[in-house]
Amino acid sequence: MKELQYPFDSGYLLKKKRSIKKQLLADDMPRVEKKIAVLGGSTANDIVDITELFLLDYGIKPQFYLSEYNRYWQDAVFDNPELQEFAPDIVFIHTTNKNILAYPDINSTKEEVDKLFSEQLAHFETMWKAIADKYHCPIIQNNFEQPYFRLMGNRDCFDYRGRVNYINRLNMAFADYAESHEGFYINDINYLSACYGIDNWSDPAAWHMYKYAMCIPAIPDFAFNLAGIIKSIFGKNRKSLVLDLDNTLWGGVVGDDGVDGIEIGQETHMGQVYSEFQKYLALVKNTGVMLTVCSKNDEENAIAGLKHPEGSLKPEDFIVIKANWENKDRNIVAIANELNIGLDALVFLDDNPAERAIVSSQLPMVAVPEMTAPEEYIKTVDRSHFFEITSFSGDDLKRNEMYKKNAERAALQSQFADYGEYLTSLDMVGVIDDFLPIYLPRITQLTNKSNQFNLTTRRFTTSEMEEVFADDSYIRLYGKLTDKFGDNGIVSVVIGKINGDTLDVILWLMSCRVLKRDMEYAMLDNLVERAQEKGIKEIKGYYYPTAKNKMVKELYADFGFDKISEDEEGNTVWSLKTEGYNKKNNYIKVERNKEND
Amino acid sequence: MTEQEIYERLNEVFRDVFDDDEIEVFAETTADDIEDWDSLAHINLIAAVEDEFGVRFRMGEVSSMKNVGEMAEIIKDRA
Repeated sequence: MKELQYPFDSGYLLKKKRSIKKQLLADDMPRVEKKIAVLGGSTANDIVDITELFLLDYGIKPQFYLSEYNRYWQDAVFDNPELQEFAPDIVFIHTTNKNILAYPDINSTKEEVDKLFSEQLAHFETMWKAIADKYHCPIIQNNFEQPYFRLMGNRDCFDYRGRVNYINRLNMAFADYAESHEGFYINDINYLSACYGIDNWSDPAAWHMYKYAMCIPAIPDFAFNLAGIIKSIFGKNRKSLVLDLDNTLWGGVVGDDGVDGIEIGQETHMGQVYSEFQKYLALVKNTGVMLTVCSKNDEENAIAGLKHPEGSLKPEDFIVIKANWENKDRNIVAIANELNIGLDALVFLDDNPAERAIVSSQLPMVAVPEMTAPEEYIKTVDRSHFFEITSFSGDDLKRNEMYKKNAERAALQSQFADYGEYLTSLDMVGVIDDFLPIYLPRITQLTNKSNQFNLTTRRFTTSEMEEVFADDSYIRLYGKLTDKFGDNGIVSVVIGKINGDTLDVILWLMSCRVLKRDMEYAMLDNLVERAQEKGIKEIKGYYYPTAKNKMVKELYADFGFDKISEDEEGNTVWSLKTEGYNKKNNYIKVERNKEND
Repeated sequence: MTEQEIYERLNEVFRDVFDDDEIEVFAETTADDIEDWDSLAHINLIAAVEDEFGVRFRMGEVSSMKNVGEMAEIIKDRA
C-alpha cells in the first residue's frame, strides 16, 4: 500500500490506523500467520497497532501477545502459562533507557560502576536465556536511545560515570551478544532516535501522561523499523533492484547528450551526487542484492553510459540489462522471469514519475519508491528497509556471481541441440548428506525464502532447525551442486520424519536456479537409499498449494509416487514404496561431504 | 480561523480516529458521548488534533480538558 511506503505520513497512519487495517484485510493478498509476543517496559499499544499495518502490507498476518505494562521481565523469566500457550514465533522486548535499573552515581568508583554494569547486563541476559530455553524462537531486543540530559555536558560521553558513556557501553554489550547468538536481533533505536532527533523523540509529556518512551508521532518510524526486522526473519525481503539509467544512475540523457555529456564524476556537483549513488549501489550489490537495468534507451547507448570511467557500476555488475523501447512493466516482468524470482522481490528505481506510475499500477507487487531529488536517492533506498539483513550467509555474498553464471549456462545451453548433452557438458558434482552445523543458518534461511519449488512451504526458525538437527527421528538432507561454471552452494533441503516404517516428508525445497538439472532426482535417490537403510517401507509426500508453488504440484507424480488423497483445498498426499526403487538421476555425480565421514 | 472551521476540522479528525462517519462533535461533547473514546484512543486523538492544527498541547491542558469546547478554545488561541 502506497500509504505505508517510506517516506510515509506518520500523522496520517496514526489517525487512520483503523480504516487502513480494514483496507489491508479486505485485499486478497495471501498472508502467513505469525505470533508475536511483545514484552514491554513502557506502553506499546500503538506500536503494536502500527507494526501490524506494516506487517500486513508485507504479507504477514500477525497475532499479538502484549505483556502488561512494565512486566516484561517477569513475563519472560517466570512460568507463564498464557505465553506458553500462545507459543510465539517471535519475542520482541520493548525496553528503552527508561528501563535501566540504575545509573552510575557521580560519587561512584570505577569498580562500583563496573559492578552496576554487570548486574544490568545480567538482568537482560537472564531474560534472554529464559526466552530462548522456553520459547525456542527468535528474539528482537531494543538497544538504548541516548539520554535526555547530560549531567557533565560533553564529558558525559567519556567519563565512566556519565549516562551517555554508560548507555553506549550497554549498547556495545548488547551488540556483542547479538553477534554471538543466532536468532537474536537488535532493534537499533539508538540509530533510529538519532535520525528522528533525540530532543523530539524523548517527549516528557508522552512519558508522564501515557508512559510512552518516545513521542507519539515517532511511533510509525519505530514500527517500520521493527517490522523491517520481522519481515526479513520471515523471508519477505526484496532481492533485486531494477534500475533506470538516465537521471537515475547519471545526470542527463546518454542518447541525446552522448557519453561525454552525462553528469557523473567529480566535475560538477550533480556529477558527484550520481557518483556517490553508484558507489552506494555497488555496496548494496556486494551484500547479495541483484542489480538489473530497465531503461528506455538503445542498448549500445546504455552500455556506453555504464562504461563511463567515473561510474562505479559497470555492465558486468548487472545480471540482466533491458535497454529497449518496450514498456517498462513488460521489461520488468521479463527480468523477474529471467532471474526466476517473484515480482514481490523487485524494487524499481526511476526518476520519472510517469514510469513509476505505470509500473506501480500495472505491477502493484513491485516496490516503487518515490525518487525525487538525486541527492536523496541513497536515503530513500536505505531507509525503506527493502534488503534488511538479519542472517548473513556466504551464499548471499556470492549470489550475484551465481546468477551471472546462470546466464552463461543459458548461453551454453543454446549451443546444444540435445538437453541431455548439455547436462553432461556441465560436469555436475553434487554433495548430498546429513546437515552440518555450519550449514544450519543457510538451511534455515532457505526454508524461509523458498516459495516456488517448495512442497509444504514449512518455515523454520533457527531454534526449530536446531531441534530437528538434534533429533534422530528425522532424515535430513542438504544438497550442494557444483558445475564447470562454479559452486551453486546449498540448493536443496529435504527433511523427513520417521514414523515407524513410514517416512513423512515434511519439507522438500529447491532453489529455482538449479531447475531441470536432475538435482531433485539426485535428492530423491539419496533419500530413498537412506530410508531403505533404516528399514523404511513407505515414503509419504505432501503438497500444500500456495500462491507461488504451482510448479511442484505434480512433482511427486513425476517422482513415481501414487496420489492417495486430495482435499477440497488441493492439499495432496502421495506414497512411494521404497522396495524396487530405480534411481532417477543420470547427470550428477553424487558425493558425501567429507566432514561426515 | 473561525469557530465553525475549527469544528469542521475537528469533526473530520474525530471521524478518522474513530473510523466512524456518523460522529458530530459539539462544544459539550465528552468521552462519555463516543463509545470508543477510551484512554488509548485519547492518545491518538490528541496526537491527531495536534497534527491537524499544527499545535502542541501542554501537559496541563491535556489533563484538564473537560470537553471538545475547551479543546477548540486552545486551538483558537494558538493555531
